[in-house]
Amino acid sequence: MNTMKSIWKNLTSMWATAIFWFASAGVNLAHAVNDLPGGPAVNQINLYPPVTSVARDQQWLHWFMLILCAVIFVAVFTVMFYSIWKHRKSVGHKAATFHESVTVEIIWTVVPFIIVILMALPATKAVVSSKDTTNADLTIKVTGMQWKWGYDYLKGEGEGIGFVATLDADQREMSNNGGPKKGQDVDNYLLKVDNPLVVPVDKKVRLITTANDVIHAFYVPAFGIQQAAIPGFVRDTWFRAEKTGDFYGQCSQLCGKEHSYMPIHVKVVSAEDYSKWVAGEQKKMTSKADDPSKVWTLEEISQRGEKVYAQNCVACHQANGKGGGPVKPLDAAAVVLDSDKTKQIMVLLNGQNNGAMPSWKALSDTDIAAVISFTKNHWSNKTDQLVQPSEVMALRK
Amino acid sequence: MSAVLDHHDHDHVHHDDHHAPTGWRRWVFATNHKDIGTPYLLFSFTMLIIGGILALIIRAELFQPGLQLVNPELFNQLTTMHGLIMVFGAIMPAFVGFANWMIPLQIGAADMAFARMNNFSFWLMIPAALMIVSSFFMPGGAPAAGWTLYAPLTLQMGPSMDAGIFALHILGASSIMGSINIIVTILNMRAPGMTLMKMPMFAWTWLITAYLLIAVMPVLAGAITMTLTDRHFGTSFFNPAGGGDPVMYQHIFWFFGHPEVYIMILPAFGIVSHVVPTFARKKLFGYASMVYATSSIAILSFIVWAHHMFTSGMPVTGQLFFMYATMLIAVPTAVKIFNWIATMWQGSMTFETPMLFAVGFIFVFTMGGFTGLILAMAPIDIQLHDTYYVVAHFHYVLVAGSLYAMFAGYYYWSPKWTGVMYSETRGKIHFWWSLIAFNVTFFPMHFLGLAGMPRRYADYPMQFADFNAVASVGGFAFGFAQVYFFVFVVLPALRGQGEKAPQRPWEAAEGLEWEVPSPAPFHTFETPPKLNAAANKIIG
Repeated sequence: MNTMKSIWKNLTSMWATAIFWFASAGVNLAHAVNDLPGGPAVNQINLYPPVTSVARDQQWLHWFMLILCAVIFVAVFTVMFYSIWKHRKSVGHKAATFHESVTVEIIWTVVPFIIVILMALPATKAVVSSKDTTNADLTIKVTGMQWKWGYDYLKGEGEGIGFVATLDADQREMSNNGGPKKGQDVDNYLLKVDNPLVVPVDKKVRLITTANDVIHAFYVPAFGIQQAAIPGFVRDTWFRAEKTGDFYGQCSQLCGKEHSYMPIHVKVVSAEDYSKWVAGEQKKMTSKADDPSKVWTLEEISQRGEKVYAQNCVACHQANGKGGGPVKPLDAAAVVLDSDKTKQIMVLLNGQNNGAMPSWKALSDTDIAAVISFTKNHWSNKTDQLVQPSEVMALRK
Repeated sequence: MSAVLDHHDHDHVHHDDHHAPTGWRRWVFATNHKDIGTPYLLFSFTMLIIGGILALIIRAELFQPGLQLVNPELFNQLTTMHGLIMVFGAIMPAFVGFANWMIPLQIGAADMAFARMNNFSFWLMIPAALMIVSSFFMPGGAPAAGWTLYAPLTLQMGPSMDAGIFALHILGASSIMGSINIIVTILNMRAPGMTLMKMPMFAWTWLITAYLLIAVMPVLAGAITMTLTDRHFGTSFFNPAGGGDPVMYQHIFWFFGHPEVYIMILPAFGIVSHVVPTFARKKLFGYASMVYATSSIAILSFIVWAHHMFTSGMPVTGQLFFMYATMLIAVPTAVKIFNWIATMWQGSMTFETPMLFAVGFIFVFTMGGFTGLILAMAPIDIQLHDTYYVVAHFHYVLVAGSLYAMFAGYYYWSPKWTGVMYSETRGKIHFWWSLIAFNVTFFPMHFLGLAGMPRRYADYPMQFADFNAVASVGGFAFGFAQVYFFVFVVLPALRGQGEKAPQRPWEAAEGLEWEVPSPAPFHTFETPPKLNAAANKIIG
């Protein structure tokens, strides 16, 4: 018995030391980090400070449930531990013989039933208000993509704005290198994006979620919203942020290897700031847009085409234009060399081989014209043919 | 009693030629329920250790922010395979192992109804397990779409996905055969006088579980077969590119998945319902209400599935219906907890290891039950869905629930299986070590979930670092506790080391399994025993 006790003692002290060592290692590492306003706090143990009415309802409900469950838990287990304390053989307690009572069974079926109904009542109210997406001031389409978020402002102030948000490349690299090192600014580690979603304060924002590839989920805890983004389908949710500031969230539905690396950053700004931001974005858009009736020179358009090729085509057709496997080569290909430019334009607009070559309709006329001109005059292809954007425009539809 | 012993002797006389082959043939050609139960248990323990190693690699990676050990691709494979192996390889077969050993002994049957099918359902699991474990070495690695195998992510997986689907098909077939066997055995082979309402609770819970299995395993098979044809034969059941519906996959999967979680817990309820009365030296309180509560849970389990999908997008009425139905399950579950505590009340309790695990089960499982109730509330679930809160919740009910009940069952019945007693000190070390390590691992996950850390994340913001570090330390401690269990409790028992177990090692144990010697002879109840009025003792 004594040896057992000492073994037990040794074991516990061993574990205590180990736990202390590991825990202090964790604390040392994390000492540089601060709370991120609108994002997680260091060692946060409860829900986020709510920024919308929906999140406030959720928080209230959670406290209500937590307290109710804790009270029941303590009550039930007080009875059990009292019994364990008093009704032991070692204290000489003799076993009673009762083993059924219909009255008792009915009571402890009915009482939990009533408690459950009491719990359901406030929850019902919260469900109904959280699902009401009508009368939105601003509608934004949120598209989940492997592994970034696309935002398109569909209706309301800022209509027509669209951009994509990806995780900061340095932070992604940091993750690969074993996480932030001491002294690095890490408060927003894995939460920093290039283009945050910007919305006005105190306006009802309806989000329409969808996805391009697999299911993602748009989750912003401070707003109390989490909505799956499902390819081929649209779902919606809403929020009305009551405070300006930065708020963070992450994709919460497993979506492939970079699942942990597609954060959400929502910037809530005042009405004026929002209008300013919209004006700025719209200016950028017009400067970016190409005039499809512009007439290009071969050199100009080939340069443009090289970029388009690098962004869209190189993954399959390769930098050397030879393709590979089922992917057809472009270098010395009949369609590319053909003097009838229409053929290649049609392939790009409509795709080929049952979508093995997808349709690139989504690219602008200028981009399509540029990439065709580029392929017709690169590698061993020397056709000197030039496709103008207007020719593509004419063949659309 | 004497009838049993007579047959035991009789058996020895004719032992050699047709009854029991020896050597490897004894196990490969086994038709005896005891010789099939043991490999089932060893198999599931092996899978528990494999699944546990995967979990520990996950926990080691998550010990600190940043990627140190595995890349994100492998991380997703690990979470997926941990889930699949634990659910289909460890917990489900372990309960089938318990059923094989105990159901014929408890109901006074000579064996399972279909002895050869019993053999087949065990040996089917071996190729399935090999296939699923070796999928790590296939091109592209193991399936990495999560154990729920949500489409259309499954459509992007490499060839190992097909191996995984095939393995699940085989495991499903094995489960269905096992269930048919259990149902037929229980309904047809009870000793005369053992009416259904006199049947031991473990047999009752397994009877209900077996019906659940038969009802839902084909549904899973359907879902993964459609995934397979989407992957290879150009169908578009779930592929949105062809007009398929990924949400339909979730509905079908969870129509299987929710009854599945009760499949993994009802037999646990059965085991605890034997252990608590034995060590309280008092009959189980409210036997009939326990049977009704178990049945209610089983029936309700079919109408709650979409609470796993509150964030998939559902009309208000849908959310409300599934929220109410889910909360309703709290009622029969509460009844069970109350009945166990009422059984302990005014008893004369002792706390040998089985009782410790049973009380630990009641205490910790109830926490998991309460977090389940909290998650059932749709508005709260919108916050907590797919976060670590959910991970904490289901480990509280599956580890502290199912696994603890199995440990209780092992300590309770192993003297009957092996003929030797375990060491009480070692059992107690195993219990306290597991209990503490379990809570160190999983309790902080509630905080991580409330703070918004999504599950299945290979790397996380720095603010989550400390709780993750604590959980990792706890995880390793819990893992070593199970190695300790195997080396210091199971191995000695398999080698026959330890005090010789009496026929009835527990003072107040009731039931037919305690009416046969320890270890239970190769053949028991070859002729139906004559039972007393309560059907728990053999007379004459």
